[in-house]
Amino acid sequence: MIPCKPIGQRLTTLFLSVFVFSFINIVSAQDGKTIFNNKCASCHTMGKDAIGPNLQGVVSRWESMDMLRMWIKDFNKAIAAGSPRAKEVVTFSPTSMQMFDGNITEDELTAVIDYADKWQPPVVQTPNGEPQKGNDNAVIFGVISLVLAIIALILMQVNSNLKKLSDDAEGISRPDPVPFYKNKVYIAMIAILFFIVGGYYVTKGAIGLGRQKGYQPVQPIYYSHKVHAGINQINCLFCHGSAWESKTAGIPSVNVCMNCHKGINEYIKGPKLYTEDGEEVNGTAEIAKLYKAAGFDPKNPAAWDPSMAKPIEWIKIHNLPDHVYFNHSQHIKAGKVQCQTCHGEITEMDEVKQASELSMGWCVNCHRNTKVNFNYTDSTGNRFYSIYEKFHNDIKTGKMDSVTVKDIGGLECQKCHY
Amino acid sequence: MSQNKYWQSFGEVNDPEDFQKKSQDEFQEELPFEGFDDKGLADAKAPRRDFLKYLGFSTAAAALAASCKVPVRKAIPYANKPENIIPGEAKYYATTYVQDGDVVPVIAKVRDGRPIKLEGNVIEGSNYALGGTSARAQASVLDLYDMHRLRFPQHRVVKTNAEKKEEIKFEEVPSFEKFDELVGNAMKAAGGSVALLTSTIVSPSTKDIISRWPNLKHVQYDAVSYSGMLMANEASGFGKKLPSYKFDAAKVIVSLGADFLGTWLSPVEFAKAYSKGRKIDEKDPAMSKHYQFESFLSMTGSNADERFTHRPSETGAVALSLLNAVSGGSSATGNATLDAGINKVAKDLNDHKNQGLVVCGSNDKNLQIIVNAINNAIGAYGSTIDWGTTVNYRQGVDSGANSIEELLAEMEAGTVGTLMVYGANPAYDYYNKDRFIAALKKVKVTVSFSEKMDETTSLCEYVLPNHHYLESWGDAEPKSGVISFIQPTIYPLFKTRYFQTSLLKWSGNNTEYEDHFKTYWGSLGADYNKTLQKGVKETAGTVSGGSYSGGGIDAATTAIQGYKKGTGSELVLYQTVAIGCGTQAGNPWLQELPDPITKATWDNYAMISMAKAKELGIKLNNDYEYYPEKPLIELTIGKNKVEMPILVIPGMDAETIAVAVGYGRNNEMGRTAAGVGKNFYPYATYNGETVNYFTTGVSATNLHKKYKIAQTQKHNSYENRKEVVRETTLAAFKKEPETIPAYRKHLEEDFYNNANGNFRANATLYPDADTRKHEIRWGMSIDMNSCNGCNACVVACHAENNVPVVGKREVLRFHDMHWLRIDRYFVSDEKNPDNLKAVVFQPMLCQHCDNAPCENVCPVAATNHSNEGINQMAYNRCIGTRYCANNCPFKVRRFNWADYTGADSFPDNQDQTIVGKLDPVVFQMNDDITRMVLNPDVTVRSRGVMEKCSFCVQRTQYAKLDAKKNNRMLKDGDVKTACQTACPADAIVFGNAYDKTSAIAKVREENPQRSFYVLEQLHVLPNINYLAKIRNTEEADERWKVKHKVAGHGEAKEGHEGKKEGGH
Repeated sequence: MIPCKPIGQRLTTLFLSVFVFSFINIVSAQDGKTIFNNKCASCHTMGKDAIGPNLQGVVSRWESMDMLRMWIKDFNKAIAAGSPRAKEVVTFSPTSMQMFDGNITEDELTAVIDYADKWQPPVVQTPNGEPQKGNDNAVIFGVISLVLAIIALILMQVNSNLKKLSDDAEGISRPDPVPFYKNKVYIAMIAILFFIVGGYYVTKGAIGLGRQKGYQPVQPIYYSHKVHAGINQINCLFCHGSAWESKTAGIPSVNVCMNCHKGINEYIKGPKLYTEDGEEVNGTAEIAKLYKAAGFDPKNPAAWDPSMAKPIEWIKIHNLPDHVYFNHSQHIKAGKVQCQTCHGEITEMDEVKQASELSMGWCVNCHRNTKVNFNYTDSTGNRFYSIYEKFHNDIKTGKMDSVTVKDIGGLECQKCHY
Repeated sequence: MSQNKYWQSFGEVNDPEDFQKKSQDEFQEELPFEGFDDKGLADAKAPRRDFLKYLGFSTAAAALAASCKVPVRKAIPYANKPENIIPGEAKYYATTYVQDGDVVPVIAKVRDGRPIKLEGNVIEGSNYALGGTSARAQASVLDLYDMHRLRFPQHRVVKTNAEKKEEIKFEEVPSFEKFDELVGNAMKAAGGSVALLTSTIVSPSTKDIISRWPNLKHVQYDAVSYSGMLMANEASGFGKKLPSYKFDAAKVIVSLGADFLGTWLSPVEFAKAYSKGRKIDEKDPAMSKHYQFESFLSMTGSNADERFTHRPSETGAVALSLLNAVSGGSSATGNATLDAGINKVAKDLNDHKNQGLVVCGSNDKNLQIIVNAINNAIGAYGSTIDWGTTVNYRQGVDSGANSIEELLAEMEAGTVGTLMVYGANPAYDYYNKDRFIAALKKVKVTVSFSEKMDETTSLCEYVLPNHHYLESWGDAEPKSGVISFIQPTIYPLFKTRYFQTSLLKWSGNNTEYEDHFKTYWGSLGADYNKTLQKGVKETAGTVSGGSYSGGGIDAATTAIQGYKKGTGSELVLYQTVAIGCGTQAGNPWLQELPDPITKATWDNYAMISMAKAKELGIKLNNDYEYYPEKPLIELTIGKNKVEMPILVIPGMDAETIAVAVGYGRNNEMGRTAAGVGKNFYPYATYNGETVNYFTTGVSATNLHKKYKIAQTQKHNSYENRKEVVRETTLAAFKKEPETIPAYRKHLEEDFYNNANGNFRANATLYPDADTRKHEIRWGMSIDMNSCNGCNACVVACHAENNVPVVGKREVLRFHDMHWLRIDRYFVSDEKNPDNLKAVVFQPMLCQHCDNAPCENVCPVAATNHSNEGINQMAYNRCIGTRYCANNCPFKVRRFNWADYTGADSFPDNQDQTIVGKLDPVVFQMNDDITRMVLNPDVTVRSRGVMEKCSFCVQRTQYAKLDAKKNNRMLKDGDVKTACQTACPADAIVFGNAYDKTSAIAKVREENPQRSFYVLEQLHVLPNINYLAKIRNTEEADERWKVKHKVAGHGEAKEGHEGKKEGGH
């Protein structure tokens, strides 16, 4: 901890400003990034070549923007138009590029080219700033209470001794005083104190039963989300597609892994991998584990029979009790919640750990605070909410400024328990 | 004229005061604390110190267990994820329920590879796939996961055991090839003819396979035979076929003992059509008229506008008299009431020429010929009976060519070398099963394709179980021109094979049935996939009256005139909606389903009349009703004597005793069916041509012994509040249509006069429920005029909501768990309960009150209100005080007295040694295979929590999410509750009541005169409304009239007391 406050403050300001600026930068390219992640990220990786080439500074490599746009929509047309760059890039990979004509609007195309062209590697922010200052008041008050309690006890003892002395002086004979450890008042007080303190911890412990925040089991294959979702920026839904449509997020089946890993059979380019205990992991050996489950021989890929694959027995990290109904699509598709909101910075995790408490209080707090997008008239909101006439009128007349999940019944028992 | 009275039990009618007193008790028995006696707590089996020890130990153990590491859970994805399958999202496949000739097109909901729920298939513009299911079709998904299904091909061997005794054992045959070889060799060695005995086959591709096996003798045999109709239709010139019945086109429906809404021929289809004619337009109230002639109170009979009873042996006389009366004569049965009825019916039929329909449940050929003559006389052919489209539901004949009689004769003669049995079980359900068993022994090679070790299969040498229909490809042609496809919804769970594949292989054709099926339907071309997707393909036939010939009438008349009126008592056999002919008897949901009339579960019993009860010295007081111990009687049927418990039912013919078939199964059928009830098939009789399901000359004696029957009707008391049911006659309704609105008005104006102008808000101490108002308000409307009591909704609710099965022992203790029950009320003269005027069925489920009495009393707020109007129940919050259940005026809350589902963290919670034992069926439902039927979107409740109808909240939530995901508004029809889709009569409407265009809002708007809320005077403001039941009779109804005029204040007072009770 740095004792000198001014330096600390300056550091914080510096860090904050860097953070804010980078954030602003992100916001401006937000749309382009989303489109890139949804449509391009399965083949293209920013900052390096993958199935498709690196797209950083892509505009400069093309003779004209029109030709680039034509290429993205339909590469055959660009080649037919006689673009030299098109003829060059078509040889980049044996797999030809998907045609996006009709799948992408002109605005989206502009945004995504802009994003890819101007992309810069993220600034690595290693020291996580100054940790939040803990609340020391509780300790101070605790110490003060304890000291006061001891003083009170001593004073009471003194008082009783003095009383005895004065009684002796006046010649009144009273029974011998009971030593404090036999005094029923003290015993009762201690017992009550024990019950309160003990009760507090028992209750707290009981509430925490079955909660596993921070749970990070060792998986059968060392699969790094950091490498896949972080460094290579593969969209979450590329593998966990059913999160978009179903209550379960779904764990990718072996054939989904093999879609990419048929070609990627060693881990060389990425950073070194470590387990939680600090042991180094051989990425290539982990890919080999996948091949074993898939029954795939990288030396003889043509002989692979996907139907002989065996499922990988992953260990489930996020467990909800049976009496809770949770639906991923409700949150991801209808609610437009980011995966990271509940699963934490998954792109930074090699081995996944449970980032949130997944307790009812945690769920409910989010339902209290999360605003529902009621602008069903533009494309961002949902037509479903047009049914809430009263809220729309209240927003119009200024009675309420926004509608939270709570307002549309998100705190009711049978929204999650049935 | 005396008033009508609504009642549920005899105690209520005969001794109302005692009834009141007894219904105060929550438990009818002493609380069963075993081990506690008079010696004081210290000497008890579980003394106080032990209790404290256990308490301390269990707390410590729980703490220790909890502090240990949380178990490692694995998440195993697919190795190769199939396209189009999204884990966690359900897929729907059109398929067809086929069982014993019953055909119901269904949609199977498949979650993560497991079919978990069936819904009726609705295809727009279809005449056949109209939605709705039967209770048995709903329950069939549980049969798929029955742990007692046969799991591999097996071969019976005789072994000598250690004690040198011969033992018959079934041993697994390692492979299908080996099985084929074994059977092939045996067949070759046996020689003789080869016969195939099946139930009715409705599959065209299977029939094709059968026809390709040269010299294969195919015999169709139905457990409950329709041979009489088939033969009669042949005699009347239509061929050995059955026509389509159009109940929706009929203005006058006459049933001679046919239970066409419950079990006769094609009840789902008939209920759908029948309910169309029963819906009422309030502006111009009119409905079809339904007369029923029968000997006991059937479910269909209980829906009739007018009922007439007679002895079973008199059915012929009734039919003849009716024919005579419609042809201009008059009835002469010798029974004045009956004659008057027949004359009335005949006049009504003649007044509605071409709009009448007569159906008859008898299996007597002569009787059916007469019924055909009546239908011809009233112009039914071509209008309400369509011979242009024939139906294939039942094809078995009792005698003649390709009948079981013929087969039995050949088996006895020893000419049958090989007998293959599929879907038939004559060793259990043939009237002369001993003859079949003896004849079977003379056949050298016996093969069964049964899914279960039923009575016949256990006598066969080779057993090759067939797939369940949910695992199969297949087809059904229920009607000519209608093809309904079956497609697999799950990979076969066990080592089973299509029986058709066996037929193909053994006849020398080495193709699999799947391939054969696809080749067979290749003719459809491009339509094949479309049909597979939709489920049903229809080619409309032209309506035709057929070629009626009256040739057989004279002979039939002579024959019937020769029938003697029965002596003594008469025994009539019937099917219940739950068990039917008994094929699905091993299904726990069906066994626990209360019978619509008797409300009894887990048994068959003898239904007797009130007169018979009096004769036997059985007093119909509270003790009879209140305690489950029912009197045992001994029935003497011919030479046989059989002990049966009785249930007394009003509106029965005095001398008729009715017993359900389908019970009394062997142990191999599974722990559910074994030991439940008695088999009454052997008491059917054979008249030389067909099997008759009644027998005369029966005598009954009271054994003065008791037997416990688990009935559910008495479990819930409304404390004498009668506004639960609203029912009247069409005449009374037309005369005074404003009765219900006037009552509501009267409540508002007269009683709650201090409501300061806002009745809804100020008539309660609690904040106005309406301020919880939002843009969605789920509401339900139940039309009691459409509800026929078939119970399909109850099973659907079981399947959808993981409602546990509790077993007979627990039902006896009022611990049944049905979220939805159908209350049955008898309507009779106040003075004469046996003069049954009607039966009212009222589906009763959580009313989702806006001002709910249960919500106010929960100390932990485990039950509360959602802004969508749902009365929510948070199971994991419930601490089990049961205050809510006690404060519920409708008694729809259900408490988990034991760990019925095995959901508790502590396995020992299923051990009930201190408070009683759980039946084996509870553990069967907890089997790993059986649990695959559970709906993963609904919590499985553990011991000690309350549960109840949730308005299928998982479906409302899903529909909202689906709308959001697709960026659209919620549409009417997006949410359909499980009970709603199961209902074949469209009695239930559900939706958002705030949406003015929704079906529910329309129903409420269009039916202001019939729409009522149960116990309106309590001001609990339910979200379910009912539409009053209207009977189509001309009778005046005092009760309907007095409501808001004479006894108005009295009612209000009663209501006031009710209010107070509900409020504090």
